Amino acid sequence: MRPFKYSKTSEASKAVSIVSGSPKAQFLAGGTNILDLMKEDVERPDQLVDITRLQINQVTTLASVGGKAGVKLGALGKNTEAANHPLVRQQFPVLSQAILAGASAQIRNMATNGGNLNQRTRCPYFYEVSMPCNKREPGSGCSALKGINRMHAIFGWSENCVAVHPSDMCVALAALDAKVEVQGAKGKRSIDFKDYHRLPGDQPEKDNTLEHGELITAIDLPGNSFNKSYYLKIRDRASYAFALVSVAALLETNGSTIRRASIALGGVAHKPWRAYEAEKFLAGKSATAENFRQAAELEMKQAKTLAHNEFKIELGVRAIVQALNQALES
Amino acid sequence: MREETIDPELTADERRLLEDLLHDENDDFSAAGLQRRNFLKQVMAAGGGVLALQLAGENNLLAQAVPASPSAVPPGTINTVKLSLKVNGVVRSLTLDSRMTLLDALREKLALTGAKKGCDHGQCGACTVLVDGQRVLSCLTLAAGCEAKSVTTIEGLAKSGKLHPVQASFLKNDGFQCGYCTPGQICSAVALLKEAKNGEASYVTKDLRTKGPVQLSPEEIRERMSGNICRCGAYPNIVAAIREVHEGKDAAQAWSFVEQTNHSS
Repeated sequence: MRPFKYSKTSEASKAVSIVSGSPKAQFLAGGTNILDLMKEDVERPDQLVDITRLQINQVTTLASVGGKAGVKLGALGKNTEAANHPLVRQQFPVLSQAILAGASAQIRNMATNGGNLNQRTRCPYFYEVSMPCNKREPGSGCSALKGINRMHAIFGWSENCVAVHPSDMCVALAALDAKVEVQGAKGKRSIDFKDYHRLPGDQPEKDNTLEHGELITAIDLPGNSFNKSYYLKIRDRASYAFALVSVAALLETNGSTIRRASIALGGVAHKPWRAYEAEKFLAGKSATAENFRQAAELEMKQAKTLAHNEFKIELGVRAIVQALNQALES
Repeated sequence: MREETIDPELTADERRLLEDLLHDENDDFSAAGLQRRNFLKQVMAAGGGVLALQLAGENNLLAQAVPASPSAVPPGTINTVKLSLKVNGVVRSLTLDSRMTLLDALREKLALTGAKKGCDHGQCGACTVLVDGQRVLSCLTLAAGCEAKSVTTIEGLAKSGKLHPVQASFLKNDGFQCGYCTPGQICSAVALLKEAKNGEASYVTKDLRTKGPVQLSPEEIRERMSGNICRCGAYPNIVAAIREVHEGKDAAQAWSFVEQTNHSS
């Protein structure tokens, strides 16, 4: 690992000012991803600012919108705490499920809510510094495009990058229309979740729309009227593996009629992929297996597969159908 | 009985030392390391004799080279960090390079080699320790960030020479083969039992809206232990060991003989 200066602060503004003023400085929260990447020489910060003692780790109630109270997750709360907080388990069980589907208990005890959003892809070519990778070294090329790309994207990729976002938590946050609260040198702002992560385009080195030195302070979950939900994760092992395909499914039902659906997919794109086509199709329809299947097929029709991941289309269809069925039973 | 096994040509000193060794070998598993170290110290003090020389060699093999002072600045340190933390109940002061992980600090600075370096990338769980009571991966934790924290390693689980119930259960149920992953498995299992008691859910927990302690089925234990890999494949016995402590009664045998087959056909 390359040498770096270690410092810590208990003031968010100070952390932001140090990192903003130093192009190679980075925040250190749970460390589960950045330390691994530093050992691999993928990340090369010259300074780490330890922010784990900032007092932004609580789960609190958010002012209600239209009678439904939301929840605010402090950015430095641990994934385990978020998944097990009574407010989250009662009101947003799909988020608990998604968090608990990711990583291992040890990692969830370390990883923070904000850090989860900023984890980097697990594309093996991104990790292997002897191989070209546009995300790691812009302009060097994408080794996965014509390489082993079984785990890679089927939506929204470009010739420059076919990597997928690895998070489970973010798939649920996408379906829940969360908001990301950030603080930067120029002040605070709130980013809609759909705009937080990016598609690779010609700048795959940018995973998200944060500016250097901007710090996530909280993730807001607005109140909603979904009464059914499920998070389904399909992976090579039964546990402790990244998703081949995952689905966060939310339904607002009235009897057997679907008023509204919100569906997001993981393991298929550079960002959590909202299944807008499927959602549109399901609105106002009956909650039947046939309608679920049609909605899923409609969504997956837009997929563009690579040499080794064609299986993700049928897998995606079946995963969406199963997630909707399980949501219905919840 | 013991008298007969001791070579009559030994000097009085050697005889006394060997008796200590035999006693040591028969002693409680948890205290063995400490006692052996005491013994080796005694051998060094006795000075000379063939037995002592052999045992001095053993000393190099078995005893850990404890750094003279973990708070001295080691050569080659670039960004020096000083910190104090509590390890197995004792406050320790460390001076280290900012790059040093908690795992390396425990092993290299404090000679606590129980936590193992398996993959060093957070994929195997062999380095699992408890920090402020939570199971974490010490290979992905910077030591520098552990100021004032309380760390418990496998060495800190036994109390007054008595094994932690999870340690005893792993022995009873054969929860290991080579033993390399075992310190991590046991630390992980100790935390798991507390998590279940506190009502923490897992991905296979059926109803997240239900509160209260979680009854650990084999499925729940497997899911909750998935961050600890065992290359020997001792999983059925690991699950049985954990289940036994959780339920407070003997777990059913995890294996069975195959039924008699007809060899004539």
